[in-house]
Amino acid sequence: MEERARRAGTGAAEAAADAGGGGEASPPAVPPGSPPAVELRRINKRFGAVQANRDIDLTVDRGSITGIIGENGAGKSTLVSILYGFHTADRGEIRIDGEPIRMTGSADAIGHGIGMVHQHFMLVPTMTVLENAMLGCEGGPLLAEGERATRERMAGLSAAYGLEIDPDALVGELPVGLQQRVEILKTLLRGARILILDEPTGVLTPQEADRLFEILEILKRDGVTILLITHKLREIMAATDTVYVMRRGEMVARRRTRETSREELARLMVGRDVLFAVGAGPSEPGAPILSVESLSHADERGAPRLTDVRFELRAGEILGLAGVAGNGQSELLDVLSGIAPPQSGRIDFAGRTFTPASPANPSLLRDMGLAHIPEDRQQRGLVLPFTASESSILGYHGGPDAGEGIFLALAAVRERCGLLMERYDVRPPDPGLRCGGFSGGNQQKMVVARELSAAPKALLVGQPTRGVDIGAIEFIHSQIIEIRDAGCAILLVSVELDEIMSLSDRILVMNAGRIVGEAARGEADADRIGLMMAGVGEPSGAGESSGAGEPSGAGEPCGAGEPAAAA
Amino acid sequence: MSSAPPLPRWADVGLLPIINLAIALVVSGLVVLAVGEDPHRAIDVMIRGAFFYEGSLGYTLYYTTNFIFTGLAVSVAFHALLFNIGGEGQAYIGGLGAGLVCLALDAVLPGVVLIPLAIAAAAGFGAGWALVPAWLQAYRGSHVVITTIMFNFIAAGVMVSLLAGPLIKPGQSSPTSRRFSGSAEIPDVQEVLGLVGIEVARSPLNLSFALAVAACVFVWLLIWHTRFGYAVRTLGHSPRAAAYAGIRIPRTIIAAMAISGGLAGLMAVNEVLGVQHRLLLNFTAGYGFTGIAVSLMGRNHPIGIVLASLLFGALYQGGSELDLEFQTITRDMLLVIQGLIILFSGALAWMLNPPLARLLASLAHRPREAPA
Repeated sequence: MEERARRAGTGAAEAAADAGGGGEASPPAVPPGSPPAVELRRINKRFGAVQANRDIDLTVDRGSITGIIGENGAGKSTLVSILYGFHTADRGEIRIDGEPIRMTGSADAIGHGIGMVHQHFMLVPTMTVLENAMLGCEGGPLLAEGERATRERMAGLSAAYGLEIDPDALVGELPVGLQQRVEILKTLLRGARILILDEPTGVLTPQEADRLFEILEILKRDGVTILLITHKLREIMAATDTVYVMRRGEMVARRRTRETSREELARLMVGRDVLFAVGAGPSEPGAPILSVESLSHADERGAPRLTDVRFELRAGEILGLAGVAGNGQSELLDVLSGIAPPQSGRIDFAGRTFTPASPANPSLLRDMGLAHIPEDRQQRGLVLPFTASESSILGYHGGPDAGEGIFLALAAVRERCGLLMERYDVRPPDPGLRCGGFSGGNQQKMVVARELSAAPKALLVGQPTRGVDIGAIEFIHSQIIEIRDAGCAILLVSVELDEIMSLSDRILVMNAGRIVGEAARGEADADRIGLMMAGVGEPSGAGESSGAGEPSGAGEPCGAGEPAAAA
Repeated sequence: MSSAPPLPRWADVGLLPIINLAIALVVSGLVVLAVGEDPHRAIDVMIRGAFFYEGSLGYTLYYTTNFIFTGLAVSVAFHALLFNIGGEGQAYIGGLGAGLVCLALDAVLPGVVLIPLAIAAAAGFGAGWALVPAWLQAYRGSHVVITTIMFNFIAAGVMVSLLAGPLIKPGQSSPTSRRFSGSAEIPDVQEVLGLVGIEVARSPLNLSFALAVAACVFVWLLIWHTRFGYAVRTLGHSPRAAAYAGIRIPRTIIAAMAISGGLAGLMAVNEVLGVQHRLLLNFTAGYGFTGIAVSLMGRNHPIGIVLASLLFGALYQGGSELDLEFQTITRDMLLVIQGLIILFSGALAWMLNPPLARLLASLAHRPREAPA
């Protein structure tokens, strides 16, 4: 404990010196011949029927940035959870600095200098930055002394790594980029020399992500070892020295980043050449089915989430809604599906007008032909303790297919569910199985099956392939295109720009609760949309491909990691 | 943080309650040992006292009836993830409903009309007593646990003031109502069986037991076979999924609580119409609270609730035999034993879940992985 505190107090530079014996802040800050910072040997982990990790070997050199890339569900998160002590490996060995260690919980991991920045931040929003940083190491029953010490060390760390932050700001009021910075500071304060970042850019604008990578570079120069988990090729290419590729629970390749290419990595991830576009043919948009006018919505605290949103959705088209997570897309889906009421504006759907005075509700909209594949299948789209059969009528449980009178026709529902499971390739096709027992991809196929089988006029789709394996992604995409071609109007919300670009006939871009741009298929390019997502206007000089490595001019307005939402 | 694998269903509903009960009995045995009695003999007396002494089975089933009603009440609310702690008060006020109907109409109506009316009043009053907390929960977010507890106190106060005032039998000082006329009496089981020539020992067991069984069937149908039950369970498992599905959450909360309160109110049918034949103070005697443990132990399923009710009925009845048989085992000792069973089967019902799950998982995995 003593040693850790001291190490943390004087910054990671000295930590590296302690451990390695002579690392000055010059790259590489690692003495030659020292053991790797992290070594995993033949790690195996099984959850029920799923082999999440199979014989994983991984070596992370000290003072490097190592990436692990793989599709959602490839086992990356399981692997780092094992390294961080959340899960215990069924078999295998973990070595830190060459020492085999036994990991029984995250306290062990922290004790060995491992810090983790989770995808979903582990912060208390109502506390200040300082209070959050101190959580779990207050240093005694009275806070004053610990506060003073932490404040001092934080100031030192902030200065050393360019992690400027106001220690007295309330965390809940900080933009996500800064919240993430608090997470990184927390780990450094606890003496972390090995930093794991799990999908760190999922909630960041491209510019905030660039800033994060700069910080990681500084940390690396100081001898901190960084393990970056992501499924985004661009980040791997921009930030890492070495990259590991995982596929279906196995480690399939290790490459030096400068010797590989996006195409090669993509092929390794998926196991074959990747169709970056799923051949959606041209569409034939018909009459408008859903139109939205000057729609606004505020959350419970009164903070505006949607401002003056307007668009029109036509039959037989896929309208893609691109944006960084948390810029109002979820709220828009909630309002359109009738779950949340709008504060102003109007929604016209299938000949009826809904306003704040006469709001819609999900059952009514469903009856009128609006289907909704929600963003969160586990909390919303399915009831995990229910059987597949029971979840197959969620939202339609009041309808004629579900039963007669006040009773449910359980046998008929079960039979219909079995047919749907066959038709939508849900494995295993057993209606009596609990929803929680299916894999992410199969759960999502169950939701898709339920919603599409209702033959909707319009379909709201949120993150249809989040956490879904590649085979299921293609299947789901082809189903969406099929129903589009049958004349359904589709609003597709996704944080995966690739998904939006490959499926959409038209693309809207959302930032800070507003629609900030529109692009037709063909004229959309990722950079332009990326900048719009960041709330930056039209770039002056397009043409450079993904410049995540270098903070380009366009990044400057957000250079200090200020919220894109400031726009 | 490392999560245990899920427990197989058969172990969850079968094995775990038995293990919990066994632990509770072992600890109770230690208590009996500590006061200087033979635990072996104690359990022998208890089982005989609950099932084999003359009339004891009737008493056991009479207690069971109460627990079935209050257990079902808790379970219906629980399926909507509402903790109805107010079964005691709802049963009390349900008794008021039944009592008022009988006091007002027992002179004019025949039993076949009066009794159904009184039963409906018991359910209606119980439901009504649950409605206010339900409404507060649904529309104002006041936690139903707090409000139902408070309503238990209010119910007690209301009953005292009514029984000491307007409802008291004229010319007496103890706070009870007059006795209802014979038409308000639900027939005893021994009378009914006597009619068909079967002789059984005298006990307070009456036809309310049949009503309790019917209530079990009702709850089973309601929760698992109706659209409403589907909405209730969806809400209970995932409020977000319920909102997504368009389930009207406040309405569902209120309806589930009303049904729960109604079932609790029916407990009064057994006590007021079946046994006491008048209104009196504290006839609920804690059955409402025990219903929470019954429901928890019965995994909120009617079959489980019947079994758990039978267990608690046997404990109540067998316990009073213990009291008679042993000098050192007093009424208070029995409360300790009952408390232990509630503690291990109710409050600590899931204590052994993770280790048991791990044990079963490792047993299940070993043979499968051996050849690999």
